[in-house]
Amino acid sequence: MEMGFPILSIITLTPFAAGVLLLLFPAERKREIRITALAAASLTLILSVVAYVSYDMEKAGYQFVEKFTWVDTLGISYYVGVDGISLPMVLLTGMVMFTGVLISWGIDDRPREFFAFLFILATGVFGVFVALDLFHLFFFYEIAVFPMYLLIAIWGWKETREYAAMKLTLYLFIGSVLALVGMLAMYFISGLGTFDMIALENADFSFAFQKFWFPFVFFGFAVLAGIFPFHNWSPDGHVAAPTAVSMFHAGVLMKLGAFAALRVGVMLLPEGARFWLPLIIFLALINVIYGAFVAMMQRDFKYVIGFSSVSHMGLVILGVATLNPQGITGAGLQMFSHGAMTALFFACVGIVYDRAHTRDIPSLGGMASKLPFVTVAFIIGGLVSMGMPGFSGFIAELPILIGLWNAGSVTSEYFIAPYYTWIVIIAVVAIVITASYILRAVHRVFFGEMPVEFEGHISQSTWRDKIAIVMLAVVLVALGVFPGLMAPLISTGAENVMAVLGGM
Amino acid sequence: MDFFSLLAWLIPVPPLLSFFIIILFTNQDRRLSHLVALGAIGLSLLFSWTVVFRALGTHHFAEHPIAVSVAWLPTGDSVFRMGVAVDPLTVVMLFFVPLACFLIILYSVGYSNYGKPLDQRDLPGSPPHHGVEPMYSRFFAFLSLFAGAMLLLTVADNLLLLFFGWEIMGLCSYLLIGFWYGRNYDDSNQITPRQAAVKAFITTRFADVIMLIGIVYLYSEAGTLNFREIFFSADIMNHLLHTPSLIGGLAAAHLIGLLIFVGTVGKSAQFPLHVWLPDAMEGPTPVSAMIHAAAMVSAGVYMIVRMFPLLSAGGGVHGGSPTMTVMAFIGGFTALFAATIALAQNDVKRVLAYSTISQLGYMVAALGIGAYVAAAFHLMTHAFFKALLFMGSGSIIHGVEHGMHHTNEKLDPQDMLNMGGLAKRMPTTYWTFVVGGLSLAGFPFVTAGFWSKDEILADAFAHGHWWVFVVLLISAFLTAFYTMRQISLTFLGDARTESAAKAHESAWTMTLPLVVLSFFAVLAGYVGVHMDFPVLGDMLGNNPFEHFVVGTLPHHLDGFEFNWTPVLFSVLVGIGGLGLGWLIYGRRPLSAGQPDPLVARLGPIHKLLVGKYFLDEFYNFALVRPAKWVSEVVSFLWIDRVIIDGVLHTIARFTMRIGAGARWFDKWGINYAPDKLSDGIRASGYSFRVIQTGRVQDYLLITLTAVIAVSGVLFLMLR
Repeated sequence: MEMGFPILSIITLTPFAAGVLLLLFPAERKREIRITALAAASLTLILSVVAYVSYDMEKAGYQFVEKFTWVDTLGISYYVGVDGISLPMVLLTGMVMFTGVLISWGIDDRPREFFAFLFILATGVFGVFVALDLFHLFFFYEIAVFPMYLLIAIWGWKETREYAAMKLTLYLFIGSVLALVGMLAMYFISGLGTFDMIALENADFSFAFQKFWFPFVFFGFAVLAGIFPFHNWSPDGHVAAPTAVSMFHAGVLMKLGAFAALRVGVMLLPEGARFWLPLIIFLALINVIYGAFVAMMQRDFKYVIGFSSVSHMGLVILGVATLNPQGITGAGLQMFSHGAMTALFFACVGIVYDRAHTRDIPSLGGMASKLPFVTVAFIIGGLVSMGMPGFSGFIAELPILIGLWNAGSVTSEYFIAPYYTWIVIIAVVAIVITASYILRAVHRVFFGEMPVEFEGHISQSTWRDKIAIVMLAVVLVALGVFPGLMAPLISTGAENVMAVLGGM
Repeated sequence: MDFFSLLAWLIPVPPLLSFFIIILFTNQDRRLSHLVALGAIGLSLLFSWTVVFRALGTHHFAEHPIAVSVAWLPTGDSVFRMGVAVDPLTVVMLFFVPLACFLIILYSVGYSNYGKPLDQRDLPGSPPHHGVEPMYSRFFAFLSLFAGAMLLLTVADNLLLLFFGWEIMGLCSYLLIGFWYGRNYDDSNQITPRQAAVKAFITTRFADVIMLIGIVYLYSEAGTLNFREIFFSADIMNHLLHTPSLIGGLAAAHLIGLLIFVGTVGKSAQFPLHVWLPDAMEGPTPVSAMIHAAAMVSAGVYMIVRMFPLLSAGGGVHGGSPTMTVMAFIGGFTALFAATIALAQNDVKRVLAYSTISQLGYMVAALGIGAYVAAAFHLMTHAFFKALLFMGSGSIIHGVEHGMHHTNEKLDPQDMLNMGGLAKRMPTTYWTFVVGGLSLAGFPFVTAGFWSKDEILADAFAHGHWWVFVVLLISAFLTAFYTMRQISLTFLGDARTESAAKAHESAWTMTLPLVVLSFFAVLAGYVGVHMDFPVLGDMLGNNPFEHFVVGTLPHHLDGFEFNWTPVLFSVLVGIGGLGLGWLIYGRRPLSAGQPDPLVARLGPIHKLLVGKYFLDEFYNFALVRPAKWVSEVVSFLWIDRVIIDGVLHTIARFTMRIGAGARWFDKWGINYAPDKLSDGIRASGYSFRVIQTGRVQDYLLITLTAVIAVSGVLFLMLR
C-alpha cells in the first residue's frame, strides 16, 4: 500500500488536530467539548481498527508506508509504517484513548485543556509507534512525554501531584537525553547521513561501538518501560495522575519505552543487545518479583496497580531480551494485553475512587453490591494479570516463558545461559504473588462489608463507564480464547526483528 | 469431521455457554436459570454417553481414538494446535463426570431452597436460613462453569488445554468456596469462606505455576504437548529420557514429571499442600461434592493417570522411576496421614474432607507403584461414593438446620455431636449414606469401594511393594473405623439435641441424586473385578474395565496373578475397622453431653489430630509472615522508599545544593560585580551631580582648573 490512503498520518494527526480545535472552543461549552473529544477519539479508534484489519499478513513487513523529506540537509524525513509489532500498539492506543475519554467525562475542571493535552499526548504516542525515522521517533517521543507533566501537575491528586509530576518528567527527560545521545552517535558514526531506521539497520556498526552505545539507547528508553531500578517514578506517577492519564501512562506510555528500546536499541544495535542481555534479563527479573512483592502490601489501591505494572513490564522486557521469536512474540502480546488490562484496572480504580473519595484499601469494602459491572471487570483484569488460561495474560506469558526457556539452550555462549531455566522458575513463582495481591484487592475493596459512611453515597457506574470497561474486558477475554486474532500478526513482527538480528 | 468428533468437541460447550446465558440473561429468573443449567449439563451427559457407548461398541477402540485439532497459537516457528481426543481413559471419565455433575446440579435446586419465597432476612453472601438462596442464579452459573471446565479438561488432547480447564476450575473453586462471602464467625480463629477461598486458590495456584514450568519445559524439549504425539513417539520419549535436566542425575523426563506432579499435589490436596481442602468445606455442600468428588480433585488424579507414560519413563511400569517413587511415597503418606486426622474431626463435612484426601492418596500411591488400571478404577468408584457421601452430609445438615428453625437453638449444624438418631427422621438419607459409607470403608464383595481398593492392594502385593501395601492397609482400617464412627454419631441412637430430634427429610431433588448414586456406588465395582477371581471373575466378563482402559497406554501392561492373601487382608481390615467402630460408637450410641470416647483413649494424640498436626500454624509462621515481611519491610519500605528514593532524593538534594551554589555564585559572583560596577557608576554620577550647577562662572572655573591641570600634566610629561 505504498503511498495509498495515508491512514497512519491521519491516525497520528487526528488527535493533535482535535486538541487544537478544542482549544478554540469557549471554555464554558463543556458538553460540546466532551462530545467533540469523543468524536475525535472514536474516529481515531475506527481508523486504528481499519488499519489493523487491513494489514496484509501474507506480505508482512512494514506497511501503509509514507515518506516525505523533512529536513533534507540532515537526512531527516517524515517516515511512517507499521509492522506486526507496532500495529497492535496503534490499536491499543486507539482503544485507550477512546476509553480514556469516556472515563474522563466527569472532569469538570477545565475539560477543554485536559482533553487538548491528552490528545497531544496521544499524537506523540501514535507518532512513536509508527515512526521509521529516528528523528521522527524522537520528536514524537518528546511530544508524548511533555503533556504528562501538565496533566498530572494540574489535574492530579492534590497531595503528591507536583512531586510526582516533577519526578516523572525528570526521569523521562534524563532517559530521553541518554537515548538521544546514542541516536546521534549512530547518526554520525554510520556515515550514511540519514536517520532512516531501515537504512541504519544495515549500517554495520562495529562491535565496540554497539557495546558502548547500546546501554545509552536501551536504558534511556527502558526508563519509560519502568525497568528496575529506574521504575520508581512510575507508581508515584500513576497514583498522582487522574484516571485517564493513569490509563494512558500505564496502558501505552510504558509500552512506548519497551517498544522504542526494542526498535532502536535491539534492532539497530543487535550485537550490543547480545552483549548486555544477561544484565537486562537480570534486571527484568527483579522487576517481575519485586513489583509483585511491593504490590502485595500496598494500602493505596492505585499503588497496587502501579507496582503490578512494574512487575508486568518486567515480563515484557524479559520477552524482548530472549532475542528469539517466541519471546518477542510473547513480549508483543504482553504489551498489548498489559496495556488493555492496566487501562481496565485504572478505569475501575478511578470509578471506585470517584465515589468513595478514598483509595485506602482497608477503608473500602462491599463495592460489589453497588458496582457489579466494575467488580466483574476488575476480576477479569485480575485474571489476566495472574496469567489465568482463557485470558490474554496467559497467552502472552506462555510464549515469553517458552522463549526464555529456549534462549537458555540456544545462546549457550553466555555465562548466564545455564540459569535461564531458573529465571523462568523464579518469574513464574512471582505470578503466585500476583494472584495474592489481586485477590486481596478484590476481597477488601469489592467484597466484605461496606463501611457505613459509604452507604447511600456510592452511585451506580454510568453507561459511559460501562462501555469503556466492557470494551476492554471483552478484548482481554477474546484474545485469551482466540489468540489467533493477534498472535500470528505479532509473530510476523517478531520474524521481522529476527531477520534484523540475523541467525542466532 | 465425523459425527463423533463433533460430539467430542461439543461435550464441554453447553455448560460453558450456560454460564454466560445465566449471568447475562436469565439471572433474574430462578426457574429459568436452573433449567438452563440442568439442560446444559444434561446435554453434555447425552453427548458424553453417546460417545461412551460408541467407544464401548468399537473393537480396538484404543487404536482408533477420536481426535481432532485446529491451529491455535503460533510460537516461533511452530504452531500450537488445540484439540480434543477421546481414548479409553477419557471414556471412563466421560462416563462418570457428567453424570455426577448433573446430579449435583439437580441436588442444588433443593439445597438452595428452591420453591420458598425470597426472605428479606437472608442477605446475599450468607447462607439462606429462611427462604431461597438470594444469589440462586449465580450459584447455578458458577456450577455450570465448573462442570464445563471439568469436561474441557477431560476431552483435552494436550496438556495446555487440560491446563485451561484445570485453571478455570481453580477459579470456580475460588468463586464457589467463597460463595457465602458475607459470612463471619464469632470465633475469630475460625476460617471464614472468604479466607478459605483465597487459601484454596493461592495454594493450588502455587502448585499450578510449578506445573506450568513443567509444561513449558516439556514443550521446549518435546516440541508438542499433545498426549498421543508425546507418548506414542519413541523418539520424543527417548529424547526426554536421555536429556540431562537442571538437577544433576535426573533426566528431563523425570524432572518434568516431578514438576507436573506438583500440580496434582496441589489440586488433589496431597501432603504438604492439602491444607486448603478441609477449609474448602466452608463452601455450600454441592460445591464440596463438586470439588471433592466429581471434578477438581479427580482432575488432579486424572492428570497423572493421563501422564503416566511420562511419569513412569525410565523405570519399569511397576515403579522404579524417580517420579514414581516420589508419588508412591507422597500418596502413601497422605493416605495414612489424612486418615488419622479424620478420626478426630467432629464436623460431618470435615471427616469427609480428610477421607477424600486419604482416598486420593490411595490413587496417587497406586500410580506410584504402577497400578495404572486400579488407580483409574478407584478414581471412578470414589467419585460415585464420595459424591454420594457429600450430598448425604448436605442433606443431614439441611435436616438439622430445619430442626433449628423450630427450636431456635444456637448450635453448629455440622457438628456430629449435635446430631444422633437421624436414621428415623431421614430414612432415605440414612440408607443411602450407609451405602456410601460402606463403599468407602470397603465392605467386602458388595461395594464398589471394596473392589477398587482391593485392586490397588493386590497390585502392591503382587509386585512386592511391601511398605505401600502395609501403609494402605492401615489406612483402610482407619477409614473403615471413622466411617462407622460417622454413621453412628450421626444416625444411630437418640437425638442429642432438640434440633436433631426435629430434623426432617430433604426434598426429592436432594434425595433422588442420593438414590441414583447409591446404585452406582455398589454396581460400578463389578466392572473391574479381577479376571481370575473365583466365580465372579468369569461371570462379570473377565475384568472388562482393565481390558478396555489398558489400551490407553502405548506399551503393554502386564496384569498380575490372582492371590487370596491381599483379598483376605482387605476383607479383614474392612470388617475389622467397621467392627471396632461399631464397638466404640455403634453399640451404645453417645447420649447428649457425653464426650467422644476417643478423647480419653488417645489423650494428647487426640489434640494433635484435632489440630491437624498444626500444619496451618506452621505455614503461617514459616511462609505467610515472612512473605509479608519481605513485601512490606524489605521491598517497599526499605528498597523502594529508603534505597531508591533515598538515592534519588539525595541526588535531588545534591542537585538543589548545586543549584543553590550556582545561585549564590550567580548572586554574589556574577551579579555582584556588574551590580557594583553599575552602582559605582551611578554613585559617581551622584557625586558629580553637584558640579552641574548651571552657572557659567562655575563651568569656566572648572574649565580653567582642568586646563591648568592638563597643562601641568603635559608639561611634566614632555619635559
